[in-house]
Parts: sequence; C-alpha cells; structure tokens
Amino acid sequence: MHLRMEEKEVPQTDAVRAKLGRAIVITSGKGGVGKTTTTANIGTALAQRGASVVLVDADVGLRNLDIVLGLESRVKHHLLDVLEEHVSLDDALVADKHSASLRLLAAAQSREKEDVDTEKMRALIHTLRERFDYVLIDCPAGIELGFKNAVVGADEAIVVCTPEVSAVRDVDRVVGLLGNAFKPQLIINRLRPQLVKKGKMLSVEDVNAILRLPLLGVIADEPEIIVATNRGEPLALREDAPTGAAYRAIAARVAGDDVPAPMPSVALTFFERLGSMFGGKRS
Amino acid sequence: MIDFLKKLFGHSGSSSTAKERLRLVLMTDHLELAPDMIDAMKRDLVDVISRYVEVDRDKIDVTFEQQDKALAMLANIPILSVNRANGQPAPSVAVAASAEPAPAAVATAPAAADAPAPIKRKRRRRKKAKSQGVAGVPETAPA
Ligand SMILES: Nc1ncnc2c1ncn2[C@@H]1O[C@H](COP(=O)(O)OP(=O)(O)O)[C@@H](O)[C@H]1O
Ligand SMILES: [Mg+2]
Repeated sequence: MHLRMEEKEVPQTDAVRAKLGRAIVITSGKGGVGKTTTTANIGTALAQRGASVVLVDADVGLRNLDIVLGLESRVKHHLLDVLEEHVSLDDALVADKHSASLRLLAAAQSREKEDVDTEKMRALIHTLRERFDYVLIDCPAGIELGFKNAVVGADEAIVVCTPEVSAVRDVDRVVGLLGNAFKPQLIINRLRPQLVKKGKMLSVEDVNAILRLPLLGVIADEPEIIVATNRGEPLALREDAPTGAAYRAIAARVAGDDVPAPMPSVALTFFERLGSMFGGKRS
Repeated sequence: MIDFLKKLFGHSGSSSTAKERLRLVLMTDHLELAPDMIDAMKRDLVDVISRYVEVDRDKIDVTFEQQDKALAMLANIPILSVNRANGQPAPSVAVAASAEPAPAAVATAPAAADAPAPIKRKRRRRKKAKSQGVAGVPETAPA
C-alpha cells in the first residue's frame, strides 16, 4: 500500500515546473530550540494556503518530524531508502493527515548522519524543487556533516533562536557558516514577554541587535505547543490559537505577503490596566 | 506614579547580564574565526619583541580569555636569550592586553580578516623591554 502522488495538488514526477520551488533549510546550531516544531508548523501553514509543500527530515538518526505531524504510523520508507535507491521517491513520500498538498520525507531512525551522501542529497532536493512549491528541510543540531547535508540543496535559510545566550551564540556561528547566499531570516522562539518585561529574559531587540537578521516573526513560549505535539496536530491548524495565527503570519511572510512580523503580546498587569484606564483617555 | 510603580516592580533582572556575556562571548568567537588575523598579530608581536630579546618563534602561544568585563589576550613567548646586555635574562615574556570589546566587532559577521599591515619598526632603542604590559582600549558606548 504505497502512497502515490496522484492528487492534483502535487505535480507529477515528470511534470516540468516553469520555476523551481524554494528549498528552505530550518536551522539553529543548538538543539531543542524548536527547529522541528517550526518546520512542521510553517509547512502546514504554507500547505493550508494552497502551496504544495514537502518537509524533509534531515535529522538522520533522530527522527522527530513525523511525530510532530502525527504521521509516525504512515512512515514506511525514509530519506536514505531514497538516496540509496531502494525505493522510489513517490514510495517514500508520506501524505499528511490534515493538508492535502503536504508531504513528508522522513529521516531514517536507525542510521547515522554519516551515511548520507552529500551529492545525492543535493540532487534529491533539486528533484523535490522541480515538483513542490516549497521544500522545507529540518536540519539536525550541530555544524558537522548532518548540517552540511541539510544545507547542501537549500537556497534559503530560516534560523530559529531562543532568547538565551547559548542559542544566540550558536545562531551567530551558523549564520557565519551559511554566509549571505542563503539570505537567512530569523524566528525567535519560546519568548516569554512577561520575563522580558521584568528584565529577566533577552528581548527581541537584544537578540537581533547582535544577529541583525531580517525578522520573520516571534513565537511565544506556549504550553499549547507541547499539547499539539502530543496530539500530532500542529498549532498552525488551530484557528483559535494565537500561536497558530503567529505561524500562519510567518508562512504568509515566507510566501511574500506584506504582513507584520507576529509578536507575542504581554498581558497587561493590574497597574498598567489602571494606567490605561486613567491615562489612556487623555492621550 | 505609574512610572514609579514600574520602577518598583520591574527591571531587577538578569537579561543585562545575559546581554553582556553574549557580547563578550561573540567577541571571542569572532576572533577565533579569524585565524589569519591572529597569525598576523603573532608575527608582528614577535617582530617587536625580537628587537630586544631572542624568542623561540615556534613555541609562541597566543590565547584569548574572558577576564571580568574584558576580553584578554595572553601571549606566552619563550625567550632564548637576551640580545643586549641590559637586564636579567627571563625565561619568558608574558604579554597581556585587554580591551573592552567594541560593539562593532561583535556585530560584524565573521569574515576572512585581512592581515593588518605590519607595525612600522621604530628604531628608537629602549633601555629595557617591558616584561608585562597591559593596554586598555577605551570602551565605545554600546548601542
Ligand atoms: N514555542 C514553544 N513553546 C513551548 N515549547 C516549545 C516551543 N517550541 C518548541 N517547543 C518544545 O521544545 C522541544 C524541542 O523542540 P523541537 O522543535 O524538537 O526542537 P529542535 O528540532 O530544534 O531540536 C519540544 O518538546 C517542543 O515541543
Ligand atoms: Mg529537531
């Protein structure tokens, strides 16, 4: 029972696209900052807008993206099966549950990053660009071979950073390694506006005073994300969730829409509410 | 009144500590990413010191480390012999230079640093080479 690319949303194997799709690597240097969560959510949001999207889990040995998308039971083949030509690309692409134009190419769980042939990876991403509007590549942590292989076929980069010294330092390093060719854009993840306000967390401005990257958007530290991951349903699908809206806004910006970068808001404190009640009317 | 309350309840935090640490750590990182520059600096340093003493060029060790609020450059330069009969022979010269890192350097993306022009030799003789020097560069106001 193989999943074939027969839905009209996704171009056929031999269909020649007028223009190559965009291959965007989602990277950070540091692990656990939200690359996989970000990849799943932006991919979902782009697909919900009608674009054809394939998500490539390049974190060979530590497969996660299928879990976040709730697709783990559908994965039969993986990236290395395709690179080593054991199965066809069509056989390895997994159709998403929620978005008709979204596909996943899972990573091999029981293999190592060193098993990936860099040149074959480059060729595969190119093939995917011929068939999809967006190829989002979920990069492993680190700056070694796994990083190199994740980046090799990409032409753009999204870097994910949390407001922590170590994460900013690692992003700085990664951006240095990428160079300008990848036009890196920044997502700040797990921001806690209340802590920023109290001076207990680096602010968006603090982080970007150092990184100086175009800001795609800011995602709050949001317990709902963990719930969504437990369920395998990206928050980007949830109309009611503010963080879902933030992911949709980021996807819109990726697609080129002129919408503002999403920014988590601070719930007003008692005194501020008091202040705006009395002071607000005058201004 | 509101401002007063804000002051009372806000800004006790550690984010400024984080900012400062980040600034310093990136300064060091960027230095490490510019080995050309460090090599050139080593060369110039040795040239200057060689005017006074004969040093072991192969065993020179230049490192950078964080000292309090500044980045320090530590150079360990083994001395083979004193060229001129002035002063006691010392086993090595330690040169330390520390600088408040300038924000501009922090913000600059690592790039292949051009080797700085070699220091022009001044032919003026000094009686004694300073065995230790600490040079402080004034801090540029951070953004
Ligand atoms: N904005 C967020 N708020 C709360 N938890 C988050 C957020 N982003 C990611 N997480 C959680 O952090 C952990 C690491 O995220 P993940 O996307 O796997 O990071 P990476 O791929 O960079 O290693 C996961 O448990 C995830 O659910
Ligand atoms: Mg991951």
